[in-house]
Amino acid sequence: MHIPVESYRLPNGLQVVLSEDHTAPIVAVNLWYHVGSANERLERTGFAHLFEHMLFQGSANVEANEHFELVQRAGGTLNGSTWLDRTNYYETLPSHQLALALWLEADRMGRMLPAMTQQKLDTQRDVVKNERRWTVDNQPYGSWWERLPALVFPEGHPFNHSLIGSMEHLTDASLEDVAAFFQLYYTPDNAVLTLAGDFDRAEAMRLIVEYYGSIPRGEARPPLRDMTLPPVSGDTRREVVPDAVALPRLFVACRTPVFGTDGYYAASLAAAVLGLRTGCRLEQSLVRRQRVASQASAFTYDLAKGSDMLVVDATAHPGVTPEQLEAAVLAELDAIHHDGVTDAEITRARALIETSFVTSMQSAAERADQLSRFATYFGDPSLVNTQVDRYRALSAADVSALARERLGPDNRVLLMYVPADADADAADVVSEATA
Amino acid sequence: MSADVTTLSGRSETPAAPPRPGPGAPRAYRFPAFETRVLPNGLRITVAPVRAFPVVTTLAVIEAGAARDPRNEEGLARLVTGALTEGTRDMDALVLATRLEMLGTTLDTGADWDSAIAQLTALSSRIDDAMAVLAEVLRQPAFPESELGRLCAERLADLAQLQAEPRGLADVFFTRLLYEPASRFARLAGGDERSIARLTQERVQAFHAECFRPDATSLMIVGDIDVEHAVQLATQHFGDWTGTASAIVEPGTRQRHPEPRVHLVHKAGASQSEVRVGHVAIPRLHDDYFPVVVMNAILGGLFSSRLNLNLREEHAYTYGAHSAFDWRRTASPFEITTAVETAVTADALREIVHEFTRIREAPVSDAELSLAISYLVGVFPIRFETTAEVAGGLANLEIFNLPPTYFDTYRDRVAAVTVDDVLRVARAHLDPSRLQVVVVGDADAIREPIAALALGPISVYEPTDDDVVTPA
Repeated sequence: MHIPVESYRLPNGLQVVLSEDHTAPIVAVNLWYHVGSANERLERTGFAHLFEHMLFQGSANVEANEHFELVQRAGGTLNGSTWLDRTNYYETLPSHQLALALWLEADRMGRMLPAMTQQKLDTQRDVVKNERRWTVDNQPYGSWWERLPALVFPEGHPFNHSLIGSMEHLTDASLEDVAAFFQLYYTPDNAVLTLAGDFDRAEAMRLIVEYYGSIPRGEARPPLRDMTLPPVSGDTRREVVPDAVALPRLFVACRTPVFGTDGYYAASLAAAVLGLRTGCRLEQSLVRRQRVASQASAFTYDLAKGSDMLVVDATAHPGVTPEQLEAAVLAELDAIHHDGVTDAEITRARALIETSFVTSMQSAAERADQLSRFATYFGDPSLVNTQVDRYRALSAADVSALARERLGPDNRVLLMYVPADADADAADVVSEATA
Repeated sequence: MSADVTTLSGRSETPAAPPRPGPGAPRAYRFPAFETRVLPNGLRITVAPVRAFPVVTTLAVIEAGAARDPRNEEGLARLVTGALTEGTRDMDALVLATRLEMLGTTLDTGADWDSAIAQLTALSSRIDDAMAVLAEVLRQPAFPESELGRLCAERLADLAQLQAEPRGLADVFFTRLLYEPASRFARLAGGDERSIARLTQERVQAFHAECFRPDATSLMIVGDIDVEHAVQLATQHFGDWTGTASAIVEPGTRQRHPEPRVHLVHKAGASQSEVRVGHVAIPRLHDDYFPVVVMNAILGGLFSSRLNLNLREEHAYTYGAHSAFDWRRTASPFEITTAVETAVTADALREIVHEFTRIREAPVSDAELSLAISYLVGVFPIRFETTAEVAGGLANLEIFNLPPTYFDTYRDRVAAVTVDDVLRVARAHLDPSRLQVVVVGDADAIREPIAALALGPISVYEPTDDDVVTPA
């Protein structure tokens, strides 16, 4: 499998990635802006995500919600998402509707602010508050994905604070904040535009130059606060959260090398050995042999700056105590830390990762998103074609070395959810660190 | 607010916009060509060569869905499909998982109401070996007692988790309350504590022997493979499979309450209310299917649908509001789904009922109709980009007895739907006189405002109530 890749840069700094494939009359348009919650001011957490909602509220030549309607009327699908260090916007359409998608994205990159009103901001703020209630507050274990980074990354680190933000900060966000954020970060020189699928290269480039070429480059952006962290945290940190849940559930996170490094691919393989699918250690040991967990998995976050993290996620079997669950999970981490992995385990992990990567590339939207990702993080979208080889280049010894360095007790954060009723005295979150 | 535009006019040198472009000339699209063969033992094989990527998806559909569970043994079909991968005559569970995963694939199994499925996607260079494993799993599962016990315990864990999970709880109560108590559909597809306790190895083996038969099985093979190779593989691994499946008896589909009712599931202090509104509607195979799909897109199927624009973009009650038919072979549920802030629960219900009523009272606009049609027509090729998506589409032909021309005529049939059709099917198939409302939320806070809407008698339940017989 080889994904065709061409890359261009317009004079205003916009990176353009083209990947032609005429199998079906479908084209994916994908824009990554190199801005996420890490760029927020600490008194405006959640702003990058709120801003993503605002980008669907119209621009100089597009009414509120018309972006959605125009793309759907064209027979396309669309959405956007906000992450710690990037925000993406994407459409997949019948290929004869390419110009519309390019024009819509250009109108909001170049001319969003004239359409902003206080009423639109107020509405989207309430929508986002309901998104927070739905995904975090009213969802068992829903706070894990803001609590875990808060434990792994020290206070003040750009990845420490909540991506969806606090209710108070969302309330405080103003139209001036919207304008400032737009002018700083939503500029062509801070974006990658990728097309994947059925298009004519010359025609696509002509449209891109016409629509995007005159959008001015941005001013200098404030640098991110320092991201660098020591490779290990130095201790085991523990937080216990009594919550409205039926079963204890434990998350363990270790700092691991950032996405794109050899160490990252080793960590990704270690996570697969521990917790990918059925033949992995956690499933075989915790779920099947010991029956202390009803589910267990492991994965990496794939962060490209500062530090990545490897996460183990295990839910207790009914009747199993938090202490028993923790002991069993840590025993598996200790085992891989001390004794490493086998060749057979690496073969299994690599085979699964490779099939899943090739299978995902069938989708034009997924190809476009991966190309934007490699272009945004490394300036080189063609790295997408090296992924399988990066995994193949690593041996069991490399993965064992990674586990030895990064999965030990000097580099662990434990986040344990316990049923609130069973622990009525511990009404508050309990945190402690042990050296 | 008038000051906003001037406040926000930064980056002043931003150029004027080029004019909004129209569409180019559409390129033709056809659903991938496929061929169906029937082996002498009754096994159906449908092959669609799709060669863009070096992968093949194999999807087996078996007439062994949860609708076939015997009374009081609910959960049996799901246990059988779940246990298929727990070992075969020649391989224990670990050997089986390792064999598949060394091939870079995983066998996913499951059962919905109408059928059981077993599916794997592998690199095309490994499909011969993967198919051999699939055949062994379907034909000679071992169903070891200790693994069955573990799967039952995991189902009990899921049921325990459900008590604390508002979304799942809303779905469960809607399921239990919608159909008449005697219907299989009124009990959970995966079974409850009582029925799970009755499932034995013997029952699992008997269900498998009765349902997993060649004449009740269809195999979709889609991807980087030619028809003859696929048929030869299927013949090699399934050709000597024998036996005949027993006839299917479909569940009853009468609604439990013939009149409108409100069911509140109490979660003290909940920050949101999970809302389900609907009733029993039409089966999947129905003459009005296409107008109904268009009607639902306008009401709650699209982002720009009436329900979502009203509840999310106009009132900001919610992160999203949708409607859908949960398609089955028999009369299927129609269901509106949303989660709203506790304080506006009654307001949101008022708007939901308003939209449900409005689409039956007056014709939709031409703009609404054209949006729904052009979306459904345009998005059609995007729904079938991957081998798994094509296999899933072909499986629907088998499960719902749709004609082989279904995909080739789909877009024309959608495009033929008129404003009058939409009004007619909304009146025929949406029925306010039977509307059931299920809300999981803080009953103390929401009961009175909801009562003021007069949507029907209100019952209040605890999440742990498993006897949901409504008091008179």
